[in-house]
Amino acid sequence: MKIKQISLFLENKPGHLNAICRTLAKAGINIVTLSLADTQQFGIVRLIVEDWERGRDELEKAGHVVNVRDVVAATVNDVPGGMADLLDAVGAVGVNIEYMYAFSFRTNDKAILVFRFDDADKAIEALKRIGADILDASTLFSH
Amino acid sequence: MNTVPVIENRFWQHDAECMPRPQLESLQLQRLREAVARASALPFYQKKFKESGFSPDSIKTLDDIRRLPFTLKADFRDNYPLGFVAVPRSEVSRFQGTSGTTGKPTWTAYTRGDVDRWADLCARFLVSGGLRPEHTVQISFGFGLFTGGFGLHNGIQRVGAAIIPISSGNSARQIMTMQDLRPEVLICTPSYALKLMDDILSGNIDRASIALEHAHFGGEPWTESMRERIESGLGIRCWNNYGMAECGGPGIAGECAYRNGMHIQEDHYIFEVIDPDTLEPVKPGEKGEIVVTPLTREAMPVLRYRTRDIGIVYDDGECPCGRTTRRMSRIMGRTDDMLIIRGVNVFPSQIESALMQCKAVSPHYMIEVSRPKALDEITVHIEMEPSFFSDSMREMQQIRENIDRAIYGATGLHMVINLVSPNTLERFEGKSKRVKDLRNLKF
Repeated sequence: MKIKQISLFLENKPGHLNAICRTLAKAGINIVTLSLADTQQFGIVRLIVEDWERGRDELEKAGHVVNVRDVVAATVNDVPGGMADLLDAVGAVGVNIEYMYAFSFRTNDKAILVFRFDDADKAIEALKRIGADILDASTLFSH
Repeated sequence: MNTVPVIENRFWQHDAECMPRPQLESLQLQRLREAVARASALPFYQKKFKESGFSPDSIKTLDDIRRLPFTLKADFRDNYPLGFVAVPRSEVSRFQGTSGTTGKPTWTAYTRGDVDRWADLCARFLVSGGLRPEHTVQISFGFGLFTGGFGLHNGIQRVGAAIIPISSGNSARQIMTMQDLRPEVLICTPSYALKLMDDILSGNIDRASIALEHAHFGGEPWTESMRERIESGLGIRCWNNYGMAECGGPGIAGECAYRNGMHIQEDHYIFEVIDPDTLEPVKPGEKGEIVVTPLTREAMPVLRYRTRDIGIVYDDGECPCGRTTRRMSRIMGRTDDMLIIRGVNVFPSQIESALMQCKAVSPHYMIEVSRPKALDEITVHIEMEPSFFSDSMREMQQIRENIDRAIYGATGLHMVINLVSPNTLERFEGKSKRVKDLRNLKF
């Protein structure tokens, strides 16, 4: 139920993010979602792509620093309080969120949240108990 | 040569500063013999003398100094910590320090007599540059191992002026103190003076609320254009002096009222100027590496210290001030890769050895020196070690903090740490050029 996320080291200079996107575009790999964390000196770009193994290989071949981590994707109702319910559940079992990002699809009233938990398995268990919809890769990509 | 004094021409130790040349030279010869005798107590020089067949009692003329071995910065490291101390530990009255070429500092030791002479040497350039007993002096040098802080402190105390030992940093507090205690004299690095000036000029501060008349700068090379900028910006006189911790600190040379270069305190120091490649003396009045032999230091009798500073010793006759001592130019550069950042000596090798302690970075780095505003800044570009890259910002920040801590531990300076992708920094075949100086200082 976990999803592979590719993270890349991003230098603080023009064109670095674009170089990453170009590499994936040339290999015909679609980016499902992306998030960026940045400081004054450098950034981290986190990507979910359809074929993560090929994505990783292509990016490494192009000289990027890549690491692959498990993240958890869950759907929530795109209504006030939708996210709070999920956070209550993981907070209650003492799981910490390292970081998260969200995106929504125009075609339905659900939003998708991507989490990096310090204990993914425990978080999934807690989310399932409240009936949250945890997405596997194929479901995520079919959206 | 300037023949009009900028201020009233005064002396601290008139007879020593204006000694007739023949008398000065015979004093130098006598003191050189004593210095060599003290140095020959050190195993380092014993070995050197033996290798070259030099006999310590064979100094007959001042030219015989050329038969003495040179002393290099690296010799302090190789004889760390106190291989150059020639007196029993009980006779050491002070330790000061400066950057070494790697993680360890270079220690410099003083006897009570050394500290006493040092105070007079500092008093000489302070008085020739306008300090009077009725003045108050704000010392914005760091107090600590840096020879500038306590050295100048002792000199000012010797003159009898009042001292505000505020130390460096916190410009707002510096300016407030200038307004509240109204010191006439400021002691700091020239780059810090530029910063204070910028803050004063941009901070809506009434110039009349500040009583400054003079500033004595040291700790780093500066330029004549910086002098003009600060003098016109603040309406003060700025004075230059010269020294290095390995030979006792500030007070080795300083400007007089005529500003014809810095008078070398030749009763306590012998200067040579050499070609750093051939090690032969340059022609009189030519630029070269300055070699300093302290004549009266008891605790550390260093001989022919190769300063790596490039400058000129003038050979154009006596200065109208009446001093008989020869004069030297500003420092025009270095023959090694030492950087002087905000008054702190930094060797790229110190940064390198700090980086080598950090697992998360590769051995590929580039040091960039810039002066974005008034103060120098070092940026260290380092290639990430891919296996240490993390998707967690916290872990990445931790990597940067570890690097910062290691560099600060080695140099005492915080630098901008810029992580870059692997294989993006320039690779070198042969001699590497890992330092880029973007400051464009013209001497």
